[in-house]
Amino acid sequence: MMEEKKNETLLEIKELKVSFPVHKKWLPAVDGVSLEIHPGEITGIVGESGSGKSVMSQSILRLRDHDTAVRYEGEILFEGENLLQKPLFRMRDIRGNQISVIFQDPLNSLSPVHTVGNQISEVLILHKQLSKEEAGKRSIQMLKMTGIPDPEACMKKYPFELSGGMQQRVMIAMALACEPKLLIADEPTTALDVTIQEQILHLIRDLNERLGMSVLFITHDMGVVSRICHSVKVMYLGQVVEEAQTQELFENPCHPYTQGLLACIPHLRVERGKELPVIQGSVPSLSNIPEGCHFCTRCRLADDTCRNCPPPLVEISPGHKVKCWKYADGAKEREVTAS
Amino acid sequence: MSEHLLEIKNLKKTFPLRNGGWFGKKERMCAVDNLSLTIEKGETYGLVGESGCGKSTTGRMIVGLTKADSGSILYEGKDISKMSEREFRPLRKELQMVFQNSLSALNPRLRIGEILEEILQIHGEQDKAKRRKRVLEVLEKVGLSEEHYFRFPHELSGGQVQRLGIAGALIIHPKLIVCDEPVSALDVSIQAQILNMLMNLKKELRLSLLFISHDIGVIRFISDRIGVMYLGTLVEETDTETLFANPLHPYTKTLFAAIPDPYIQGGEFQALTGEQPVRTEDFQGCAFYSRCPYAKEICKKQAPEFREVEPGHKAACHCIEK
Repeated sequence: MMEEKKNETLLEIKELKVSFPVHKKWLPAVDGVSLEIHPGEITGIVGESGSGKSVMSQSILRLRDHDTAVRYEGEILFEGENLLQKPLFRMRDIRGNQISVIFQDPLNSLSPVHTVGNQISEVLILHKQLSKEEAGKRSIQMLKMTGIPDPEACMKKYPFELSGGMQQRVMIAMALACEPKLLIADEPTTALDVTIQEQILHLIRDLNERLGMSVLFITHDMGVVSRICHSVKVMYLGQVVEEAQTQELFENPCHPYTQGLLACIPHLRVERGKELPVIQGSVPSLSNIPEGCHFCTRCRLADDTCRNCPPPLVEISPGHKVKCWKYADGAKEREVTAS
Repeated sequence: MSEHLLEIKNLKKTFPLRNGGWFGKKERMCAVDNLSLTIEKGETYGLVGESGCGKSTTGRMIVGLTKADSGSILYEGKDISKMSEREFRPLRKELQMVFQNSLSALNPRLRIGEILEEILQIHGEQDKAKRRKRVLEVLEKVGLSEEHYFRFPHELSGGQVQRLGIAGALIIHPKLIVCDEPVSALDVSIQAQILNMLMNLKKELRLSLLFISHDIGVIRFISDRIGVMYLGTLVEETDTETLFANPLHPYTKTLFAAIPDPYIQGGEFQALTGEQPVRTEDFQGCAFYSRCPYAKEICKKQAPEFREVEPGHKAACHCIEK
């Protein structure tokens, strides 16, 4: 069943470029990202801070349009419709209805002056045209589904009265109230303790299986990715540098950045007393992006080609793509002679 | 056995929970309750636990930023928890702290050189040239360079700010540094750099560290001995190898099982239900009772003794066989 579903694409991003103006220059926070999300799939995006993962997810819903000048290039096709061409007021029909989002800090995303019940009902009244009573009933159902112990009591509470884990559950309940086709989860567990994180991951995976909802899961934590995602994309400075099925990526990481990222986690099998292998330096700022491969300033394998020509995204095995000159031998020579 | 550098006995700290109005009941919550631990010279002691378990409060009490309600903190045999501010001041030099967000601990209007020199000046170094020399020495030690001397804190990246925070602690030759989540706000690639640096500095300068973190991987990497904290008290304590080979307390076990590790495909682990409750002053029984899968009748009424189960391996649980 999974196979036949895979053929259709729910969301397709083509060569997306998102730029912001800084000192009269347009700096690309997202630089040519393409991805496809199929129904029922959990896609992970990993990257350090500044890699553009959040900007990318926010531009799907065009959340940045309101507060800053922003320039989009490329296409975001949701069920065949280009979201970037839509007038902003039309986006309201999609936000929270077909595509929902949960953020890292639930307390900042919830209204402090409305009760939990009111906030969840509002979504339903707006999008599904339910009456207040119906919306209330449905909200209680949603809260129950996310595992909140006493949903009726929780409905009357204000967000600040709940703990971090409970707030995140409320956010999830609200996001899922209209049964969206796609859930964007932007670091949903980063602010939570590991035991609570485990509960929330369970919940998202369970809902994904039961409702067949697709998830775009954004995180910086390789461990979390391995627990929940079907496929992973690794981002660095606005570009996807490697993408593969989760298991494949962890068994056979190819890009030097992915390798470094995996090696420097102090996980439980690292030998103690020895130094951790590190990626030297830090992420360059957007105004300072190297000309060739974005990673060349920190890469231990970088040579002149890497510094001068941007590498192509090469498919090295089915579904496993790497953006690195190391894997593009034929292409490399051609490029060098051309330039 | 070497002399203890720091010995904490039955430490307790409460904070007001609600003041009850005029006639209402006043309630206080115990952030730290009946906590005892020792830190040896040259040792890294890792304190791990979820947020709200009191690990930061413990750290702050050790460096004198928070006063303890009762119990004692013996530093080289002297009880620092009951000292007056004046008596404690000379010891401040030896007990330093590194915070999670060092940027907020730095004066934004001073240059980095000035920030570090100010510390030396406060601690009695009058010679300007000596101060400057020492600052450059420390900057180099933490992987910053002379060019950073005239920069402002906001010009640094997150990792560099954290290095500066460590420099500020190191500059006056401390014996014990309390590191309160020093790498939690950093990206993993930067985190690894800072961890390596801390480990090398510790060896080089023979420092003792109290390393506080919620990240079990980080704690395991850096600590010699680990204390697992839950709800204001230690539930298990032993050296790192033993703890990971043979965790005894149910909380430690679930904590380990909840770590997402890319190479251990987690078997179907039943996530811990519920959340950490609030510990009020009349709290009874085992701290972990409300979430423990093995909880028995006795756990509800009587707090388990924090006892030595094996040599050097302490745990507080009724269910562990003697």
